[in-house]
Amino acid sequence: MAELIMIQGGTAVFDSGTRQVDLIIRDGVIAEIGERLSVPAGAEVLNAEQAWVGPGFVDLHAHLREPGGEAAETVASGAAAGVKGGYSALVAMPNTVPAIDSVPVAAHVLDLGRRSMLDVVPAGAITIDRAGERSAPMGELAALGLTFFTDDGMGVQRAGVMRRAMLYAKGLRLTLAQHCEDESLAGGGCMNASALSSRLGLAGRPAIAEEAMVARDLLLAEHTGASLHLLHLSTARSLEMVKAAKARGIAVTAEVAPHHFTLTEACCEGYDPLFKVHPPLRGASDVQALAQGLRMREIDAVATDHAPHAPETKDRPFDEATPGMLGLETAFGLTLEALGGDDADPVLLFELLSRNPARIAKLTAGDERRHGLSAHGGDLSVGSDANLVVVDPSTSWVVDRNQLASLARNTPYDGRTIRGRIRHTVVAGSLVLNDGEFTR
Amino acid sequence: MNADSLVGRNLLSINDLSATGLAEVLEVAESFVEVSGRSVKKIPALKGKVVASLFFEESTRTRLSFETAAKRLSADVLSLAVASSSVKKGESLKDTIETIESLGIDAVVLRHRSSGAPHQVAGWVKGARVINAGDGTHEHPSQALIDLFTVRRALAERQGVESRDSGLSLLKGAKVLIIGDINHSRVARSEMLAYAKAGAQVRVIGPGTLLPSDVGIFGAQRADDLEKELANADVVSLLRMQEERGSGDFVPSLHEFSALYGIDERRAALIRPDAVITHPGPMVRGVEVSSAVADDPRMLVRQQVANGVPIRMAILFLALSTPGESLHG
Repeated sequence: MAELIMIQGGTAVFDSGTRQVDLIIRDGVIAEIGERLSVPAGAEVLNAEQAWVGPGFVDLHAHLREPGGEAAETVASGAAAGVKGGYSALVAMPNTVPAIDSVPVAAHVLDLGRRSMLDVVPAGAITIDRAGERSAPMGELAALGLTFFTDDGMGVQRAGVMRRAMLYAKGLRLTLAQHCEDESLAGGGCMNASALSSRLGLAGRPAIAEEAMVARDLLLAEHTGASLHLLHLSTARSLEMVKAAKARGIAVTAEVAPHHFTLTEACCEGYDPLFKVHPPLRGASDVQALAQGLRMREIDAVATDHAPHAPETKDRPFDEATPGMLGLETAFGLTLEALGGDDADPVLLFELLSRNPARIAKLTAGDERRHGLSAHGGDLSVGSDANLVVVDPSTSWVVDRNQLASLARNTPYDGRTIRGRIRHTVVAGSLVLNDGEFTR
Repeated sequence: MNADSLVGRNLLSINDLSATGLAEVLEVAESFVEVSGRSVKKIPALKGKVVASLFFEESTRTRLSFETAAKRLSADVLSLAVASSSVKKGESLKDTIETIESLGIDAVVLRHRSSGAPHQVAGWVKGARVINAGDGTHEHPSQALIDLFTVRRALAERQGVESRDSGLSLLKGAKVLIIGDINHSRVARSEMLAYAKAGAQVRVIGPGTLLPSDVGIFGAQRADDLEKELANADVVSLLRMQEERGSGDFVPSLHEFSALYGIDERRAALIRPDAVITHPGPMVRGVEVSSAVADDPRMLVRQQVANGVPIRMAILFLALSTPGESLHG
């Protein structure tokens, strides 16, 4: 679909800094970048005044629930939520039913993604049915273009299984992403293990359950030389270990989820399962450490862990409710706030939400993208694929669970005022979100 | 939180009441003790009110105790037996509550295996009061009130004073020792909070795997010398040791638990003659307590059961009263 689009009057966020320029998009790519460009005949003009223009966001961690969980979300509805949140590409987590542990399921999700509003690339499972035992066919899945493998929802529990998966993945130049929680330490728990969980009588998932697996996998990554990505880190100690590992030259990247740098375990006080998530919400010092880690570039990416759930799985006693919360439509504003609001560095913001995750998911122009999707997270340059977002960092809005594009309603931020609004989203040269509204 | 009166309120946690609020329940219960001794064991205090008794977990004594209490106050009791209910057919707790409430009820007495279920129900109901009859490993506030009441009466008797209108004075400064599986015990949580609010010195002892990481939040302290603590205690509170905890995950065996923390004759001899021993029941003879100690005159377990009814009458009566109405009239 050849569209002619002009993004006018905005602050473009390049890798090196910001500049006031206009952009013209033609035939799916950025055709021109310059100051006060004249409007081409027939162009759709997008107002970018008082806004930042940068590469579309890339989420490393979205549960799109299809196949198997269509009451909570579909690839199409999750993609719509992504577009509303400023995303141009999503990595779809493989804990579907059946899991994305075979070529037919992966091909099905890729196909659903092609018919959605943005680019969807599935993550493959590390083990069959994510059971932590037998290896999934990573080579066959890699042939479809999958590069990112995880049993997310559950960490690979046995060190021997993880070590072999790393050795195998390394040979195929794949990245393994780990949900770090040792179930022998976390099993049966439903919130952070703390004085509060003691008082509430809820079994805890202690920080050490995460940290022990982070430590183990960093050692295994060093030992095997494999590329490791750590999903949704939630404690200060985990970050410290990642920092030390990077200093040793270990090939590790790390993400944090917005709920872990904005919400504390105190949210669980009223036993509302909206606040139940794995790993759990932690104490204030961990929350502050994560926000600090974002500002200090100790964390590579903000990833949503967008986890839609049908109401009947959340309207239950806390210990029985499903863990997880929505994230795609609120991530930008929450990240902006963590980076300092008015003082936030837009270059860093786009690093965390677009450039680094695109690199980790191997979606950049330099990557061999066998699934045929366009390139994401690149510097703004003439000739590059037009996956772009225009975000207004000063306008506030109130989260209304009934106004979300996601099929599910389990946002923990209902009623919260969030500063930072997504104005326009362009995916592969097509305008999909115009002034906050879907174009189709 | 920390209300000075239970009148018109839910009872979800001991933390819902201040020391004054706890004392109020004890005083009202004193006035109901006498009702249980009458030939016609009924007063019209809650005539026309409907109390739903919803037990989503097996329980005999607590359910009977609450239902008897409601009936003695002339309330109508709507009792849901889970085994034969729609819950077994997959109905959610929320839907069950909505269904029951649409029948027109004034209070829900709820027992549930999940911690916090009564808090959630309190958020779902439109007008009914919610009384926690034990939720998961969280709290069992009525049991702690029974224990306070029973111990207050026993200490009053020993000191030759009236327990009625004594407030919490007899409990103030008392040395309370709670032994066993604190971490999984809703009774222990409610007891620690209640005794601490009453001004007692609360110490807990048990295997490290069965103690919360921080008992300070309950106003208690951790102790480690069982025999020394037994000799010091005014109140020794034993807890039921659940069989599954002795399967090797938390303690190697029930036998080892019994050897380390069980109260046998030898340890019972260390407890002062004027001290009291409580147990929320049912006792597991030979595990947390030997058979001889179970029948020790210092053991108040039977009084605790008997006092269950007046305490629960007091809870229902207060929770279903309207602020401003006369309480003792």
